[in-house]
Amino acid sequence: MMMSETKTNATSRPGLRGWLKGEAAQTNVMLAVSCVLVLIAMTALRPSMFLSSYNFESMAFFMPELGILSIAMMIAMLTGGIDLSIVGVANLAGITAGTLFGAMAGDGGSGALGLGPVTLGVSAALIVGLLAGLLNGFLISVLKITPILATLGTGQVFIGMCLVLTGGPAIVGFPPGWNAIGNGKLVGIPVPLVIFVLVCIALSLLLARTSFGLRLKLIGTNPKAAVYAGVKRGQMILYSYMLTGMLAAMAGILLSARTNAAKSDYGASYLLQAVLIAVLGGTNPAGGRGNVLGVALALISLTLLSSGFQMMRVSNHLIDFVWGAFLIGVIALNSWRRRKGA
Amino acid sequence: MRFLRSSDAIILAILAVAMIFIGLVNPAFWQMSNLFSLLKENVVIGIMALGVLLVMISGGIDVSFTAFAVAGMYLVVRSMVALDYNGLVLPFASAIIIGGLLGLMNAGIIHKFKMIPLIVTLGTASVVRGLVLGLVGTSNVNINKMPEALVNFGKTDLFVLERANGSTYGLTAMIVIYLGLAVALHLVLKHTMIGRSVYAYGADPEAAKRVGFSTGKTMIFVYVTAGALAGFAGLLHSSMIWLANPRDFVGLELDVIAAVVLGGASIFGGRGTVLGTVLGVFILVMIQNSLILMGIDTTWQRVVVGAMLVAAVTVTALRDRRALV
Repeated sequence: MMMSETKTNATSRPGLRGWLKGEAAQTNVMLAVSCVLVLIAMTALRPSMFLSSYNFESMAFFMPELGILSIAMMIAMLTGGIDLSIVGVANLAGITAGTLFGAMAGDGGSGALGLGPVTLGVSAALIVGLLAGLLNGFLISVLKITPILATLGTGQVFIGMCLVLTGGPAIVGFPPGWNAIGNGKLVGIPVPLVIFVLVCIALSLLLARTSFGLRLKLIGTNPKAAVYAGVKRGQMILYSYMLTGMLAAMAGILLSARTNAAKSDYGASYLLQAVLIAVLGGTNPAGGRGNVLGVALALISLTLLSSGFQMMRVSNHLIDFVWGAFLIGVIALNSWRRRKGA
Repeated sequence: MRFLRSSDAIILAILAVAMIFIGLVNPAFWQMSNLFSLLKENVVIGIMALGVLLVMISGGIDVSFTAFAVAGMYLVVRSMVALDYNGLVLPFASAIIIGGLLGLMNAGIIHKFKMIPLIVTLGTASVVRGLVLGLVGTSNVNINKMPEALVNFGKTDLFVLERANGSTYGLTAMIVIYLGLAVALHLVLKHTMIGRSVYAYGADPEAAKRVGFSTGKTMIFVYVTAGALAGFAGLLHSSMIWLANPRDFVGLELDVIAAVVLGGASIFGGRGTVLGTVLGVFILVMIQNSLILMGIDTTWQRVVVGAMLVAAVTVTALRDRRALV
């Protein structure tokens, strides 16, 4: 706890912002410590395999898509909502791009498609995410439907549209440029990791340094005060779900680019994991609290943990069990800390 | 008169219109064999929906009941196979107890840690499914291994009719169990203290506490009953399809929640009736099964279910808003 205090002092500022930082900093230090602990434990158990550069590199390729989904979940939770449609949006974005490539390439195959079509595909995928988020935001802020049910329903619609577009089997044959987004390297660093870090930086600036971010948190902490402070609640919620949708689409791009395929039921287990990582990263599902660094640290510690389990040949089902147990454990811990604090 | 103005009456009217419409598109809909098979499809989803209704009236949401149903079904069937046991009462009682205990776990976590039911049940669902698949096994128990008593029980028909070509079809007796449970839950919700406490808690937890209802007791009643119904439904399902598949029911939670919302229950709690839920389940099952009859490709099924859910929640949200003014 000494560490957390020094860190809090170093960054503390008067007012609301300083208080939020102090609270978040404590969680983040705990998460950083748990990352290191997991790393040490796994290294002790399987030194040769776990510490190999191959292991870290493969983590750097598949971690970002889950990370971006978790950040998307965190954004939805900031206003006290939740987005259960993110995986549906991600797949729909990938499938839309894939269908578009198929149509553009015609009989020649998608191998010949250059930078132009790939940019078009990326834009199309992001627009799909934006529109999906717009639909969610409209249902939640204008029609006042609870986020759980609204996104549960739209999630079904999005997955259903994936099925209609693909007819069931996976779409394959993405152009090489698209593939590079998921499997390429930029000066030795995997491209997905670069994208993830950029997204993290952009969103933490957005949340901590802009009025948009502060207003979003205010809606979650105290909806009434937010209204008196002149925050346009409906509009902010609409924007936040559009942002969530865009991020989900980005994760969809990474997923389909890495696997070179897109299917309606890819990444189905990501939904629970995204909720878990967001909550573990210090996001309060009732709204108001959440920071990108916490989510990133939670992502890293859980990725290390599950990669370690996989190396010890623990069955995937038991890893599901561990994820679920972790979620409940974190809930219990948060509740205990809250009670102690109050 | 009062019934005519209730939301149950509106749902009944929607059901009637939908039935007439589907019948016009394809008259085969009205064949007795089709109606019987629709009723059969209602049983398992309907029993689960009764549990979800209870949770929604209390203001919560449950996505773990399908995992509990799998646990009840698979643990019991595997034990029956391993012990070579061939009975009915003990297995069903065990499935109910397994589901009930898992429900108790939900109630405990939600009540003790004051945590959002959705997130808790997401976690417990993953825990239970992971344990069942990881520790007990992933292979199906097929018809040749299924305990005979269960299979025969699932085959029971109320009565059997004969088609023109000589083949027969019947109305499953399981529908009686489903409707019996529905009536029982209706009576408990309307006429017992614990039933009223669920409505009171769902409408306003603080007010319910002040008039003297024990919050903990209500939560335990809600989640244990929901779990027990799920466990029972799980075993009943496997006895009706003569198969125990530990990966069964994946994604079914959305259909069941959709059916309950379609039946007029509000996620904000305090609203919802058994009759509405039974009708909601029937509408959902009917539309899902009639897409083929109406010549619509089955890939559209999920779009239709999702759109129905969104439409139903929109209507209830508008209704609840008007009711508040």
